[in-house]
Amino acid sequence: MTTVEAGVAGGVGTSPKRPDGGLKVRGEFAFSSDLWADDMLWGATLRSPHPHARIRGIDITAAVALPGVYAVLTHEDVPGAKRYGLEIVDQPVLAMGEVKYQGEPVAVVAADHPETARRAAARIVVDYEVLPAVTEASLGVLLRHVPIRTGDPDATADVVVTGEYQVGMQDQAFLGPESGLAVPAEDGGVDLYIATQWLHVDQKQVADCLGLPAEKVRLTLAGVGGAFGAREDLSMQVHASLLALHTGRPVKMVYGREESFFGHVHRHPATMWYEHGATRDGKLVYVKAKIVLDGGAYASSSTAVAANAATLGIGPYEVPNVVMDASVYYTNNPPCGAMRGFGAVQACFAYESQMDKLASALGLDPVEVRLRNAMTTGSRMPTGQIVEGPAPVADLLIRVRSAPPAPEGSGDLREMPGGVSNTTHGEGVVRGIGYGIGIKNVAFSEGFDDYATARVRLELIGGEPAVLVHTAAAEVGQGLVTVQAQIARTELGVERVTVATADTSVGSAGSSSASRQTYMTGGAVRAACQAVRAALLARVGGARLDGGKVLSDSGAVIADLASVIGDGPIEETVEWRHRPTYPLDPVTGQGNAHVQYAFAAHRATVDVDVELGLVRVVEIVTAQDVGKAVNPLAVEGQIHGGTAQGLGLALMEEIQMVDGIVRNPSFTDYLIPTILDMPPMKVDVLEMADPHSPYGLRGVGEPPTISSTPAVVAAVRAATGKALTRVPVRPEHIVG
Amino acid sequence: MPELRLRINGEDHKADVAPQVSLLDVLREHLWLTGTKKGCDQGACGACTVLVDGRRIVSCLALAVQYEGREITTIEGVDHPLQEAFVRHDGLQCGYCTPGQICSAIGMLSEHAAGAPSAATEALAPEALTPAEIRERMSGNICRCGAYNGIAEAIQEVAS
Ligand code: FES
Ligand code: FES
Repeated sequence: MTTVEAGVAGGVGTSPKRPDGGLKVRGEFAFSSDLWADDMLWGATLRSPHPHARIRGIDITAAVALPGVYAVLTHEDVPGAKRYGLEIVDQPVLAMGEVKYQGEPVAVVAADHPETARRAAARIVVDYEVLPAVTEASLGVLLRHVPIRTGDPDATADVVVTGEYQVGMQDQAFLGPESGLAVPAEDGGVDLYIATQWLHVDQKQVADCLGLPAEKVRLTLAGVGGAFGAREDLSMQVHASLLALHTGRPVKMVYGREESFFGHVHRHPATMWYEHGATRDGKLVYVKAKIVLDGGAYASSSTAVAANAATLGIGPYEVPNVVMDASVYYTNNPPCGAMRGFGAVQACFAYESQMDKLASALGLDPVEVRLRNAMTTGSRMPTGQIVEGPAPVADLLIRVRSAPPAPEGSGDLREMPGGVSNTTHGEGVVRGIGYGIGIKNVAFSEGFDDYATARVRLELIGGEPAVLVHTAAAEVGQGLVTVQAQIARTELGVERVTVATADTSVGSAGSSSASRQTYMTGGAVRAACQAVRAALLARVGGARLDGGKVLSDSGAVIADLASVIGDGPIEETVEWRHRPTYPLDPVTGQGNAHVQYAFAAHRATVDVDVELGLVRVVEIVTAQDVGKAVNPLAVEGQIHGGTAQGLGLALMEEIQMVDGIVRNPSFTDYLIPTILDMPPMKVDVLEMADPHSPYGLRGVGEPPTISSTPAVVAAVRAATGKALTRVPVRPEHIVG
Repeated sequence: MPELRLRINGEDHKADVAPQVSLLDVLREHLWLTGTKKGCDQGACGACTVLVDGRRIVSCLALAVQYEGREITTIEGVDHPLQEAFVRHDGLQCGYCTPGQICSAIGMLSEHAAGAPSAATEALAPEALTPAEIRERMSGNICRCGAYNGIAEAIQEVAS
């Protein structure tokens, strides 16, 4: 391959302005909820009020009779496959004879006004026979069990610590609710404008359910108001398409906030039992762990979440003997699936809590005990996989430990936990510091054929060279559009780059999840640019590109870039894959399941009012290895955002379930960190190149979510002396 | 239904709406001014913040009929240095909270300039807008993407 073009502004390693930034600050960016079409109808969904019930009958008469109603559809109106699913096709498009969780869609309505549609839905009479609900994972039907066995299962150790830990059900709570517009097409198909994470997996599922060939279901990405995993599964895609095909008119669906809580999967609640055995000098001898995840009513991505929990479940440590069992079960709780961190979050809270417990059993500093066990390049995972790339676990820990301490509190009431609402004068305020470090796999694992496609076109526009990049990769806020343009600039030396709207007219890019898009779609864009460059050079027998000129081997100028493209545009489409991964052995859990590992460490400093149970996070210090910061500003944004969501899980965020019923589906009752809850952060970004990834980069989005939770909880423990084995930590856990 | 006359971004608009309809729904669903966002529809997220006679309100909790004759400014009518500053400081990711953040920040800056105290105000005499003041005064606007530090920096830069 020829050399990389240097010197062009806005390339890899810089932070150019995001191309959608101007639109977003002017209110001109069209989110999926902002779409409009002539003659458009509005869809609404009737959902089950019961976590488990048999449906004896559905009477739609009164709904159909309402003026302004154009369609009322049930499962009988689904022309193709009646079920869909990411890994297991088990979720009904509309309930068939039974509902298995509160909020399960039963019928959909199209009407000329959203209010009419909602009123019509309320008039549908469903005859339910309520059935007992299974709401404890351990009592549910097994969905997947992932065992891992390495070393001696009966190993013993001098010092043993055990613990049981729990993680509550977290919600992604993206700010822009599920929404989209389905437009019936003349060929009998449908054009769907949708906020999603993966256009092609939606396309396949929607086409199957509509009984249409994939090419008749065309998807275009509409503006995405955040994702965090919650847009990996279908929500209203099939419903809106069904209504559009049925009525022959465009149909828009927009969920409200309450409905959004029922409209997508959540983070799996987990109960985890751990036993760590170590030598007296703090070297881990064995870890035994059992992780039980609540998968809810349908599979979603539960099988992969369980694999992550198992394979990453002892953390970034060298442990010779491991007995790990991670299992996920069906229940009548809401379906759980992808959320930022994907199985690694739950396990990290448990194993990091254990490392702190071990440190105190040994009388060691918590960072010290981690350093003594830190994995490094060449370490062996419990799956037998050797960690090939940089694994700067010790370095990250040392960096966060050696950052200057957080400033002392001034005693000012406004700095108290709870702020000016604090009713004490600080008598009960105690400071604590805690650490956490985590490990995450990047991209898809276990032998999945993971690829991304990019089409790159180099042409003259107004006599100037310009590049058009077209992929199906979902920009969900993370800044992928910026990164794609940066890569094209660097590879082709052309500053003027446009990233086309993502749609299904180009091949799949895979999902905007698993911290994979800069790696995967970035890799595809780079490969497509390289193919374009090779074709360009071949036209005139050039050896390389430099400063807009084609040069020969000896460096002589052969031609101007513009004149070569003047002979016609050059377009290349490339499908790009990461190195293959392999399935886990079903009995021993051995196998090279992951392609890349990423690491982040956090230090949290908190003030806790131990009398009131209030916590204020004073400061967070973090260090993360990103391999190569393709866009340093966006990297920092991901680290801030991920850390905020980890802090939320530590201290406030939980969907509260009682007997299968969601008690708090609103932003007044499901609390999210505000700007006051997020402290100033010190972010230390390491760039230790991975030998196998594009530019050496490492996925960025998830690691900060993983280790921030245990760091915050450890700090609260340090301040309170309480065991705090469940997140989110509530005031009653502190004062109780 | 009564005809409602609203003055928005310097222009007169008419809409036929029932009295219980929120200002947010009139903007988005009747007038197709979709720059203002709906995040919760119950006053908990700030995504729907607009300016009325220069003061910030959450339009999801405002009945449209109460705003006849008032000067309403939505993000479509905003032209303010904060907008560029948000882009420069990466004060946004998905951008869904952004119109609300910007309208809220504009309202907040004039509240502060007019001497309105916040829970974080140290003295009642006008003082510079400290980082603590900015955070306190912007705490009604949720950013789920967590772009808070960029938001705070952008506002700080414009305020000083
Ligand atoms: S939509 Fe008005 S505050 Fe959330
Ligand atoms: S930028 Fe996504 S919610 Fe603020």
